[in-house]
Amino acid sequence: MDAVSATSGRHPRTRGRNMNLRGYADAFRARLRLGERGPILVALGLVVIWLVFQSLDDNFLSPRNLSNLSVDIVGTGLVAVGIVFVLLIGEIDLSVGSVSGLAGAAFAVLNVNLGMPEWLALIVAMLSGMAVGAVHGFFFAWVGVPAFVVTLAGLLAWNGLTLFLLGASGTISLDEEGLVASLTSSYFGAAAAAYGLAALGIAAYFLVSHRNRNRHKAAGMPHRSLSEIWVRTGVLALIALAAAYTLNQFQGLPLALLIFLTIIVASDYILRRTRYGRRVYALGGGIEAARRAGVGVARVRILMFMVSGTLAAIGGLFVASGLTSASPTTARAAGSGMLLINAIAAAVIGGTSLFGGRGSTWSALLGVLVIESIASGMALLGVQDAVQFMITGGVLLAAVTADTLSRRSAGARDRA
Amino acid sequence: MAYPPVLALRGVSKRFGGVHALVDVELQIRAGEVVALVGDNGAGKSTLVRAISGVGPADKGVIEWEGHLVQIKRPHDAQALGIATVYQDLAMCDNLDVVGNLFLGREIDRMGILDEVEMERRARELMRTLSIRIPDVRMPVAALSAGQRQAVAISRSLMAAPKVLLLDEPTAALGIEQTSHLLDLVEELRDHGLAVLLISHNMGDIKAVADRVAVLRLGRNNGLFDVNTTSQEQIISSITGAADNAVAHRTTRDEEAWP
Repeated sequence: MDAVSATSGRHPRTRGRNMNLRGYADAFRARLRLGERGPILVALGLVVIWLVFQSLDDNFLSPRNLSNLSVDIVGTGLVAVGIVFVLLIGEIDLSVGSVSGLAGAAFAVLNVNLGMPEWLALIVAMLSGMAVGAVHGFFFAWVGVPAFVVTLAGLLAWNGLTLFLLGASGTISLDEEGLVASLTSSYFGAAAAAYGLAALGIAAYFLVSHRNRNRHKAAGMPHRSLSEIWVRTGVLALIALAAAYTLNQFQGLPLALLIFLTIIVASDYILRRTRYGRRVYALGGGIEAARRAGVGVARVRILMFMVSGTLAAIGGLFVASGLTSASPTTARAAGSGMLLINAIAAAVIGGTSLFGGRGSTWSALLGVLVIESIASGMALLGVQDAVQFMITGGVLLAAVTADTLSRRSAGARDRA
Repeated sequence: MAYPPVLALRGVSKRFGGVHALVDVELQIRAGEVVALVGDNGAGKSTLVRAISGVGPADKGVIEWEGHLVQIKRPHDAQALGIATVYQDLAMCDNLDVVGNLFLGREIDRMGILDEVEMERRARELMRTLSIRIPDVRMPVAALSAGQRQAVAISRSLMAAPKVLLLDEPTAALGIEQTSHLLDLVEELRDHGLAVLLISHNMGDIKAVADRVAVLRLGRNNGLFDVNTTSQEQIISSITGAADNAVAHRTTRDEEAWP
């Protein structure tokens, strides 16, 4: 108890028990300074984007468009989740676009051309992504080739393999009623599904925060006030229920969104609440420190590229599902890097640092919402691709610049 | 002495190709004692630290731990004995908070889930025991001052409950006030019964906290002094080699040279 007052009395940035408004403002500014731009700023940006497009086209915020958006983000979003894992250890994976294309093509060839059962072809396609990641990880972590060169080679080579696989048959149409097609075409129509999921999320958040608070309190340590937990839960409830309401106005809860959210929640939990996750962050924060603490650096690195490859493959299956086909044209598009750039942009815009050690898989959701909102809005307005590319490029550069500047100011403090 | 020193080095030598980095070095540290290790650049201080911490094992020589012969071939050996080292670069994960750094590699978990509350509680307790003042144990290490980082690095090395602590130039990057806080911490640790080997360039620091000073010159022992009865000039001339080596001979005379 006295330790608490001893520290919080002296320092304004402490998470004290009786923090007033100024205290929160100070804490917020401190976090901004430390490079955690905070999801709040990105969320504000997203609101601005939505309002601008809504003012230009009434259909933008329609339940139909928003519901479609929530499905369209999943392919790129899952690839971005994989990118987050690699960015957290301070590396980059440039091959994810090609790998996602490869997974789609592998599934199509195995299932449609060779008659393999869908579930088996699905697993093989996902494993192919994992294997590709293992190859990248091996060359990077064991041989020591820089990750960006390994994965740049991968970008070309796996795209080549995709075109080779599709070469004999050209475009392969997937079964419209099949497992993979249903990934993006299934909805839980009952209103209870979306509301139930929202309620589950809200209740879980509240209970976990509350339990955490009580344990801190019981141990005599600084803890969040009950009112703060209520406010946070309230904000979450507002967002979740509004989303559920909107989805129910159209076709209900999309299966794709459910899968995306499940993967984000699970991966975030593993990264932040287990020792495995702690090792990933440690590696991104300081290789030498991690090594001395007994972290198997090479193992973690290979694992991260395997995660990235697997999620790229899963994302690729969602892309193929949306198109219900795998074709050389889309494979070439995947190889051209649009998906890659969108995924990296999503991760960085959402707040994951390019320099390692900072970020979370939630940033993939936030970032991909920004990216796909811009794309969807411009498609509604009939803006040509050329302009879209320039705008997406500009947004990516802005996000990376913000990341770099925040890192520099944190570093300057560090050396002062 | 009634009981043997916690760590004793006899005749420790190390060469890199044709360079003799350490030649027949002797060193003893007792519990509850701060020994300063001083010497000019290239005198072999870092090589000696690396030999003790197992990062760069000695080629020959004997290391005794509490009177028993031991081998230190890897960092793990040193840690298992109870030797903790804080290197000059500190090697911290800037993105993790103080608690995360303290428990890195030895996290406490319940059924696979990190027990943040327990780790935070212990971290606060440790900070309080050592009178270390940091704004909050939940602050990322990147936000701490150089002195606070140094203090956190030292407390992290104490997590394994070591008996010997090696500090490599702990005050080199610190301001005056931070240095005085750090020296308080070193005294605190000594009073807790730790044996501390303090590598330093700063005579002021040494005068302030060390009990004895071991001088290395060109990889050899060049004197072992009692801080309270030796003048600063004597120590400095021993470092630079300007001194008559009688003192050095006298203090090392009773310790058998390695054949």
